[in-house]
Amino acid sequence: MQEMVNVFLYGKKYTVPADLTIMTAMEYAGYKLVRGCGCRHGFCGACATIYRIKGNNELKTCLACQTQVVDGMYVASLPFFPTDKRSYDIEEIRPEQKIMMELYPEIYSCIGCNACTKGCSQSLNVMQYIAYAQRGEFEKCAEESFDCVNCGICTSRCPAGISHPMVGLLARRLTGKYIAPKSEHLKKRVEEINKGAFDDLIAKIMEKPIEEMKELYNKRDIEE
Amino acid sequence: MFTAEMLESIKKVEATRAERIGYEPRRMTAEEKDTLLRQYHPDFREDGFSIIQIGPNKGEKAPVELCTLLHSNSRIKDENIDLSKIDYDVDVLVIGGGGAGSSAAIEANENGANVMIVTKLRIGDANTMMAEGGIQAADKENDSPQQHYLDAFGGGHFAARPELLRRLVMEAPDAIAWLNNLGVMFDKNEDGTMITTHGGGTSRKRMHACKDYSGAEIMRVLRDEVINREIPVIDFTAAVELILDKNGQAAGAVLQNMETGEYLVARAKTVIIATGGAGRLHYQNFPTSNHYGATADGLIMGYRAGAPLLYQDTIQYHPTGVAYPIQIFGALVTEKVRSLGAMLVNIDGEAFMHPLETRDVCAASIIRECSDRGKGIPTPTGGMGVWLDTPMIEMIHGEGTIERRIPAMLRMYLNYNIDMRKQPILIYPTLHYQNGGLEINGEGFTKAIDNLLVAGEAVGGIHGRNRLMGNSLLDIIVFGRNAGKAAAKKSKTVSLSELSLEHINSYAKKLEAAGIETDTVSPMLLPKYTR
Ligand SMILES: Cc1cc2nc3c(=O)[nH]c(=O)nc-3n(C[C@H](O)[C@H](O)[C@H](O)COP(=O)(O)OP(=O)(O)OC[C@H]3O[C@@H](n4cnc5c(N)ncnc54)[C@H](O)[C@@H]3O)c2cc1C
Ligand code: SF4
Ligand code: SF4
Ligand code: FES
Repeated sequence: MQEMVNVFLYGKKYTVPADLTIMTAMEYAGYKLVRGCGCRHGFCGACATIYRIKGNNELKTCLACQTQVVDGMYVASLPFFPTDKRSYDIEEIRPEQKIMMELYPEIYSCIGCNACTKGCSQSLNVMQYIAYAQRGEFEKCAEESFDCVNCGICTSRCPAGISHPMVGLLARRLTGKYIAPKSEHLKKRVEEINKGAFDDLIAKIMEKPIEEMKELYNKRDIEE
Repeated sequence: MFTAEMLESIKKVEATRAERIGYEPRRMTAEEKDTLLRQYHPDFREDGFSIIQIGPNKGEKAPVELCTLLHSNSRIKDENIDLSKIDYDVDVLVIGGGGAGSSAAIEANENGANVMIVTKLRIGDANTMMAEGGIQAADKENDSPQQHYLDAFGGGHFAARPELLRRLVMEAPDAIAWLNNLGVMFDKNEDGTMITTHGGGTSRKRMHACKDYSGAEIMRVLRDEVINREIPVIDFTAAVELILDKNGQAAGAVLQNMETGEYLVARAKTVIIATGGAGRLHYQNFPTSNHYGATADGLIMGYRAGAPLLYQDTIQYHPTGVAYPIQIFGALVTEKVRSLGAMLVNIDGEAFMHPLETRDVCAASIIRECSDRGKGIPTPTGGMGVWLDTPMIEMIHGEGTIERRIPAMLRMYLNYNIDMRKQPILIYPTLHYQNGGLEINGEGFTKAIDNLLVAGEAVGGIHGRNRLMGNSLLDIIVFGRNAGKAAAKKSKTVSLSELSLEHINSYAKKLEAAGIETDTVSPMLLPKYTR
C-alpha cells in the first residue's frame, strides 16, 4: 500500500501519496495548473508557495515543484507577486554606487530583519546581497545572488518594500558587462570572422562529400 | 533515502572508484555506435512512430503522439472568430517568450520594428531557463568555426543543412559577445579567458557556461532587456492558430487567454514562431526534462498553415535524467557532471562506456545496460537506472568543485537528502530535445509561407538528426537574432490583404478526405496531469 498523507490546499483537505511534491499533489487533487507552474524543476521561480504545518506556527516558503508534501501541510501558492522593476539602458548606466541609489533607493531602508534570507527558496543570503548592493559592491552582490530564480518570496516578506531579485539582476548585469575582465580571445575571434578569415575554410568544409566528412570526423583529434 | 539494494550496489561502485580514476574507457567505433543505436535508441523503435497522413510531410513518419496532434482538429474549428476585430496590430509578432523569442524581439526592436511577444506562460517559463550546461562557440586559439562545424555535422549524423550550420558556427562568437555585452556573466578566469569545457561529441573545449545556471542566466538577462526596451509582452496567452491573408502570406495569429479562454486577434506583417520543444508530449512514455508548456504548438500551427517539417522523426533523449528520487523523476542532470569527470557505472561498479560519447549513443548504451545486459539498478517505482559516479569529480578536481561548478545540481539533490559529493546519483535517459521542426532557409523564413519565420527549438535542420550539448542555446541566439532582424526588415515592405482562416477549413477537409475522425484538438497548450 502506498503511504498517504493529508494536505490542505487552499484550506481544503486532500489525501495524497506521500512521495509527491506540492505541485504534483495539487495535480493529483485535480487542480489543472495554469499559473504557478513553469519549469517544474526548480529553475524558473513560477511556483513560489507558502505553507504551515499543523501545530507549528512557523510560516514557511518554498518552490512547489521542489518540495515534498508532509502530513498536515497547509498550502497556498503565490503565483504572482508584484515586484517592482525599474527600467534602464544598460549602455548608458555605469557600475557606480549612485546607480543603485537612483534606481532602487529603497534598499537603503532595509531594517536588517533578515526575513528575506529566511524566506529564500534557494537558501541565498539575500540580506547580505542587498547589503553589498547598498555599498556599490556589485561583483559581490552578483556572486551572492547568482542562484536567484526570481520567485519573489523575499519581496513578499520585506517590510522595506524592496524588490530583491531586481536589485540582484541589476548588479549581475553590471558585473557581466562592465566589471568582469574582458575576453580578448573572444574579441579577436569575432574580428577575424568579420574580416572573412574563415570564409574560405568554412566554404571548403561545406563542399566536401559526405564520405570525406565521415573520414575527417572519425579521425579528428580530440583536445585532452 | 536510497534503498537497501542501491546501497549494496553503491559499495561496489566505491570499491572500483580508485581504479576508475585516471582510466579512460575506450570510445566506440563508428560501426559499434551504429549497431548500438539501431538496437537500443528509442528513435529506432517502430511502435513509437506512425505515418503522417496529410499535409506537406504526408507519407513520412513522426512520433505517434505528434502524429495524433497533426491529425487533430483545430481548437477554433467551430469558433466564430471575427477577424475584422483586431486586438493587436504590429509589425512583428513573436510567438513564444523563451530565448529565441526574446532575442528575436530585442533585435526587431533594435531594427525599428513595432514588435510584440505573446507567450503561453510567463516570459522565461521556457526550456531556455532550464539549460544548465552551457553554450558552444569556437573562440579559442586551438579552435575554429570549421572545427565546430565538423563536430556538429558528425554529431548530427551528417544530416544538418549546411547553410544553417554554417551560420550557427560562424555567428557563434558574436552571439557570445552580444550576450556578454548585455551583461550575461560567463565563467571566466581572472585574465578574462572564458572557462570552457568539453561536451559530449566536442573535439575542443568550447562549452561556455554560467555555472550550471547557463540558460537561466541568459534568459533572465534577455527578459530584463525586453522589459527595459518596453517591448509589449502578453503573458498567459497562447497562439492557437496562425492567420494568413487572402494571398497566403502570414498575417498574424489567433490568441487565447489561458485563464479566461477569450480569443483575441493579432495582426502582424511578419510572424516569428519561437514556441520551443515537445518534451511534454512524453513520446514513448518517457519522462522529460522540458518545461510545462513544451507541447510542440508551433509545429502544429505551422504545419496546419502549410509549412513543412524536417526531421520530425528524430528526438533527443538526454542520457542523464533523474531516475531516483521520484519527486524529481525526469529532471535533467547536466552533461557537465560528466564533463567534470563523473563516470557512468552499472550495478556491479563497472564503467560500461566512455562518459563523453554523443547523447544518442550514451542514452542507447544506458538503455542496453538496463535491459538486455541486466546491469541496471531497479527503483521502487518499477524503473531502472545506472549510477553517475559524482564523488569522482571532487577526487579529480578537488573538494568544493561541485558546489562551485554545479550548484543547481547539488541543491536539487540535497532537497532530498542526497549529497552527490559523497554518493553517486541514479540516472536514466529523459526526453530532452526536439531535433526536428519546421524547415527554414538561412534567413529564418519558412520556405512555404511568406513572412513566416521560425527560430529556436521549433526549427528543424540546424543540427541534423542529433544535437550536441551547447549548440541549442547557441542556435536560439544566432537564429533568434537573425529572425528578429529579418522580420523587422521584411515588415517594412509587406502589405497585407484581408485576413483569413481558410487554411483551417482546408486542413479539416483533408483530414476528412483521409478518413481521419478524431475528437482531439491541437495545439495541445498544456499537458494533462490531473488524475
Ligand atoms: C533541462 C534542459 C537543459 C538544457 N541544457 C542545455 C544546455 O546546457 N545547452 C544547450 O545548448 N541547450 C540546452 N537545452 C536546450 C535548450 O535550452 C532549448 O532547446 C532552447 O532553450 C529552446 O529555446 P526556445 O526559445 O526555442 O524555446 P523555449 O525556451 O522553450 O521557449 C518557448 C516559449 O514558447 C512559449 N510557447 C509555447 N507554445 C506557445 C503558444 N502556443 N503560444 C505562445 N507561446 C508559446 C513557451 O511558453 C515558451 O515561453 C536544455 C534544455 C532543457 C529542457
Ligand atoms: S533571492 Fe528572493 S527571488 Fe531570488 S530565489 Fe531567493 S527568495 Fe526567490
Ligand atoms: S526583508 Fe527587507 S528589510 Fe528585512 S533584511 Fe531583507 S531587505 Fe532588509
Ligand atoms: S515550476 Fe519552475 S521553479 Fe517550480
